[in-house]
Amino acid sequence: MHVTSSVREPLITGGKTLKDVTHDISRQVEAKPSLGWLLAFLFSVGVLLLGSIALVATLWEGIGMWGLNKTVGWAWDITNFVWWVGIGHAGTLISAVLLLFRQKWRMAINRAAEAMTIFAVICAAMFPVIHMGRPWLGAYWALPLPNTFGSLWVNFNSPLLWDVFAISTYFAVSLVFWYIGLIPDFATIRDRASGIRKTIYGALSFGWDGAAKTWSRYESVALILAGLATPLVLSVHTIVSFDFATSVIPGWHTTIFPPYFVAGAIFSGFAMVLTLMIVTRKVFHLEDYITIGHIELMNIVIIITGSIVGIAYITEFFIAWYSGVAAEQYAFMNRMFGPYWWAYWSMMTCNVISPQLFWFKKIRTSIVATFILSLVVNIGMWFERFVIIVTSLHRDYLPSSWAMFYPTISDIGVYLFTFGLFFTLFFLFAKFFPVVNMAEIKSIVKSSSEKVIK
Amino acid sequence: MERDKNFILGVYDDEDVLLDAISKVRGSGVKIHEVYSPFPVHGIDDVLGYKRSKLPIAAFLFGILGTTLALVMQFYMMKIDWPMIIGGKDHAAFPDFIPVTFELTVLLAAFGMVGVFMIASNLKPWGQPRIFDIRITDDKHVMAIDLAVNSSLEESQLSDVLKNSGASEVNFKSFE
Repeated sequence: MHVTSSVREPLITGGKTLKDVTHDISRQVEAKPSLGWLLAFLFSVGVLLLGSIALVATLWEGIGMWGLNKTVGWAWDITNFVWWVGIGHAGTLISAVLLLFRQKWRMAINRAAEAMTIFAVICAAMFPVIHMGRPWLGAYWALPLPNTFGSLWVNFNSPLLWDVFAISTYFAVSLVFWYIGLIPDFATIRDRASGIRKTIYGALSFGWDGAAKTWSRYESVALILAGLATPLVLSVHTIVSFDFATSVIPGWHTTIFPPYFVAGAIFSGFAMVLTLMIVTRKVFHLEDYITIGHIELMNIVIIITGSIVGIAYITEFFIAWYSGVAAEQYAFMNRMFGPYWWAYWSMMTCNVISPQLFWFKKIRTSIVATFILSLVVNIGMWFERFVIIVTSLHRDYLPSSWAMFYPTISDIGVYLFTFGLFFTLFFLFAKFFPVVNMAEIKSIVKSSSEKVIK
Repeated sequence: MERDKNFILGVYDDEDVLLDAISKVRGSGVKIHEVYSPFPVHGIDDVLGYKRSKLPIAAFLFGILGTTLALVMQFYMMKIDWPMIIGGKDHAAFPDFIPVTFELTVLLAAFGMVGVFMIASNLKPWGQPRIFDIRITDDKHVMAIDLAVNSSLEESQLSDVLKNSGASEVNFKSFE
């Protein structure tokens, strides 16, 4: 028997039946592309092509095309890398952690959030690969492959190498998790289709038969994958933070980095999920599945993680003072009042102050306010990484080598390229894949919809 | 009559009716071939008498394999094959090997388990499932009963059992 407390808000509104769920989600896949989608898609492809000019120029000429110098050897590239990886944290968090906690509201958003994760990780991985300068040789530097140097192996003591393993494992496991969830929905589309479409979705559905035995195995696979993905998602940004925390640069060498980075990643990831879902639900008329209740819950996650990030900023300052290390103290004063003060205060405003507005119920249940604040958070989180990376490097221990970092057109272009890539992939996904997990939604139609079906 | 060819199908609209029906049908001595659903129905394994899946064991074994391979690889490369002093650390800097070991454990456990799942459930891109009723991926649950396995009962008796259990339709399906 299904028993749901009457104080719980319904997760599905509009009195949907199982057939309605199939219809509402599948029709986006089956319909001809709308003009709006086509324009948005072509725009993303345009951005992708424009950005690829900068990418090709960088690969042709070398990393000298970027604004890096002897003092600031890491700037936009690694900022963008950490930013994209951070965005890539929400998807698996939603599908894995919320599955373990039996949070049913995840079901409406996990598919799109996981897709976002996968595309964001692809964008993130671009930067270290490009930064190698000669990416076609990169496999020898990043993977333990036998080589002609007498098998001089990669350095397993280096956090950069741990990152290679962490990011690629995260990508691979997220992809599998996402695809396993897609199989039953592809079968639904297969059974509604005919002709070539039936062949394609038939192949994508892997011959899914919907038998009770298969569902039973499917559920146990989903549960174990969630159990594996939960520590994995926490490990990824932890290891990303080790790239900085294990070095001896003032402002980087702190033990608070792993939890602080993980909270920041979830914070920015949820903001990006909101940005994308608010648009998707509007364009595809999914208001009955992604309700204001879903948006409010995501905003609550943003308040929590945003506040953790805020406390982490303050803790860093306190510890810099308390440590009594002059270089550390200077690094933090320089962040606040140095030449990059504007980046620091943008970060503080966007990440610490703006999410606190979500304490007001009116704001966290307003779609317009949520959309704007989700963009603000994403901008803030980009500045956070920029502040940590550039302000710590540009004035280090040796004042004679102090310098400023100025991005070049290639820096901007390569960042644009990843935006083009991300949105091109996301629009393709939104058109050709079911954006909401139909099978999971159907399993809660009876218990969590507004009107219980008889 | 040959087995696995001719089936009588009970179509159900509701998962709770289905769960009751499975108990009733099994209680009247009918052997159910399989039940097909558009979504995972909780508690269906118990009423059908299915044992718990052994996939978690597969995941564990693949995970152990990942841990072992990762540690052997790192110790071999860093300590035996080409020892180098890096940052004054021991060649076999065990704590430094933990992150990669963890990642490879997760990677092998996930891929190994999913691989076993694919093989066990016969999922492959060129797979052609036997579709008893096209609506099982939309909004209906279908209980399939093999006529040959239950040859002690007449078709009309089976049909009555299904109808009495709450089936909204009773159909027949034959495969070549």
